[in-house]
Amino acid sequence: MALLQISEPGMSPAPHEQRLAVGIDLGTTNSLVATLRSGVASVLPDAHGRPLLPSVVRYHADGKADVGYAALAKQALDPKNTIASVKRFMGRGMQDVAHVESAPYDFVDAPGMVQLRTAAGVKSPVEVSAEILRVLKERAELSLGGSLAGAVITVPAYFDEAQRQATKDAGRLAGLNVLRLLNEPTAAAIAYGLDNAAEGTYAVYDLGGGTFDLSILKLSRGVFEVVATSGDSMLGGDDFDQRVFCWAVEQARLPPLGARDMRLLQMKAREAKEYLTSHGEAPLTAKLSTGDVVDLSISTEVFCGITQTLVQKTLVPVRKALRDAGLRVEDIKGVVMVGGATRMPQVQRAVADFFRRDPLNNLDPDKVVALGAAMQADVLAGNKPQGEDWLLLDVIPLSLGLETMGGLVEKIIPRNTTIPAAKAQEFTTFKDGQAGMSFHVVQGERELVADCRSLARFELKGIPPMAAGAARVRVTFQVDADGLLSVSAKEASSGAEASVAVKPSYGLHDADIERMLRDSFQHAREDVHARALAEARVDGQRLLEATRSALQADKALLSAQELADIEQAMQGLQARLGGTEHRAIKQAAEALGRATDDFAARRMDQSIRRALAGKRIGSL
Amino acid sequence: MHNHFELFGLAPAFSLEKDRLEKAYRDIQSRVHPDRFAHAGDAERRASLQWTTRVNEAYRTLKDPVQRAKHILDLQGVDVAFETNTQMPADFLMQQLELREELERAVGSKDAASLDRLRSTLTASRKNLEKQIGEAIDGRKDYAGAADLVRKLMFLGRLDDEIDAAYGEVE
Repeated sequence: MALLQISEPGMSPAPHEQRLAVGIDLGTTNSLVATLRSGVASVLPDAHGRPLLPSVVRYHADGKADVGYAALAKQALDPKNTIASVKRFMGRGMQDVAHVESAPYDFVDAPGMVQLRTAAGVKSPVEVSAEILRVLKERAELSLGGSLAGAVITVPAYFDEAQRQATKDAGRLAGLNVLRLLNEPTAAAIAYGLDNAAEGTYAVYDLGGGTFDLSILKLSRGVFEVVATSGDSMLGGDDFDQRVFCWAVEQARLPPLGARDMRLLQMKAREAKEYLTSHGEAPLTAKLSTGDVVDLSISTEVFCGITQTLVQKTLVPVRKALRDAGLRVEDIKGVVMVGGATRMPQVQRAVADFFRRDPLNNLDPDKVVALGAAMQADVLAGNKPQGEDWLLLDVIPLSLGLETMGGLVEKIIPRNTTIPAAKAQEFTTFKDGQAGMSFHVVQGERELVADCRSLARFELKGIPPMAAGAARVRVTFQVDADGLLSVSAKEASSGAEASVAVKPSYGLHDADIERMLRDSFQHAREDVHARALAEARVDGQRLLEATRSALQADKALLSAQELADIEQAMQGLQARLGGTEHRAIKQAAEALGRATDDFAARRMDQSIRRALAGKRIGSL
Repeated sequence: MHNHFELFGLAPAFSLEKDRLEKAYRDIQSRVHPDRFAHAGDAERRASLQWTTRVNEAYRTLKDPVQRAKHILDLQGVDVAFETNTQMPADFLMQQLELREELERAVGSKDAASLDRLRSTLTASRKNLEKQIGEAIDGRKDYAGAADLVRKLMFLGRLDDEIDAAYGEVE
């Protein structure tokens, strides 16, 4: 493996060096894991041959958890301890969760993110999601016969910072090396585009169980470029179930329901919805614990009528994305349909009417996201030789900004900006001798802070005494390739500097992750320390190999002193690899990383100069 | 200050060969993008993030006519003082006032079709201004004159944002 991957063609890893990487679609209703085998992406089924894993977790009093079909079967029997659609709660506070009143859970209002009280104790949505991811990880490792080098986890494109951070934390908690968070419609576009050698401008209409995304992409050979994305992170197939459920309660004139009956009737409502996809009429019957019997029948007409506003609601983001992209309906070459909820005929019709063309349904809408994620995971793991990989350019869905005087938002990075992106802005003090400044980071399109989502607050202290307006505080927003934000502030006018890095308040701290890991391992009979040691050794070994081959290629870029420093750091790491202290190995690896920082940057510069030089010669 | 044109091997000019810019952007991105370093060490990942961020910034600047013009004027050392200089010719302001009244009427009557019409009028005016900016910068090297035109173009850009917001209210 070359440190900078600027190797000549044909220097890709040999087949036996292929790193095991998977794509995971962590869905509201179902989750899947897929991987690439002999160049073909496929979904990995469970021992019974079932590709989907219902995103349902049931907790027991002894701390154990059932995940998937076993949990799904007990949903109506044990509703409080059986968590479904947990994705709706990721990164969300109590006030943000829709239909709280009709969810049969015992919610605990915690700062930042809502939590759930179960027989196994209070669980955060991150922990529940990690249970699902852990099962998929085990499934993949069992079926591929080795431990995973990394995973790509998909998220709705319209997920905000808090929801993305929560998803990444869940991945870490499940013991996955999260190579990237990938937007679901983008993953679908990769699968569709590669399968069909598609070129041109496409829209991806992704209506999942709990979220709706609409992305517009320009596809050309070797490049997937997202031009605009929009959506609604609180709209999905679940809402259609909910409409049917409410209709049934009203029709049958039912009194307020207990948790079990509510869950039972919701499941019946979903079954009726699914039945209507291929039938004109669906029965909806249930025997409640109160002795009441629900015996209804719902027709396609009624179903379309009560869900019409939901279908129309999806077209608002569609129009917005087209405007943002500066495109008209005629400019769209095709509309790729993703998500199980797009099977509903009225959704298909509405999309066809709007785009004035038949939507593309030739890939399984349940699997296409996981397949695309597997393809991207293969690229990110470095398994594809240069020239056969592709470039993926994605954007942030919502603007990022800071609160200014009067509760107004100053947008720093606008929506639909290609990531990674950074932007710095200068602020100054309001009062003479002001020693500190507080910042409030928000996300959203509205002008008032109150209408946007609050992401983090932090304070910069230690500004030297100065007259009002004399301090120069530079605030930098950096969004990485996962769409995750870090913010820093620095005062530099007087030569005295102060800086602070923000750890967003909604994210889990390393200590939380460690504690949760310990908790979960007590049940998994796995030794935390042994695993940490094994991981540190693999990482350290990989870093040493990478550094060796980088030196072999570009030693000339270093002075004798720099070379000696790097070699010393390499020896330091080599010496600790044999030890049993994972922290010591990590520290030595970090030291080597720091020692090679400049070297890496110089190699990158050299690579770019070569790219440009090649271009000039080519264009002469 | 970074010269964004240099990064892509282009001559600094307002009229831009979009295909060449796009190709150069993609060539560089395919070498520095974080996707190529997802499995690499921290040092490479940091270098990759910094480079990609810079390349994206440069590309975004050059793609946008207002930002591109401002960048050229910056490189020429022209102090345009966009934030403090808000003077505009009276006839231009008059015209803007009329367009904004039209916008308010469209919002009041929830009329998406007149928003469409307003936007196409605006797009035509912007295209016209961009042509003039090109002549001023690339042809006459009249940077002060170009700065006045860029200010007008920024003004139209803000109206465009307002139309965007108006669609949200109308729908």
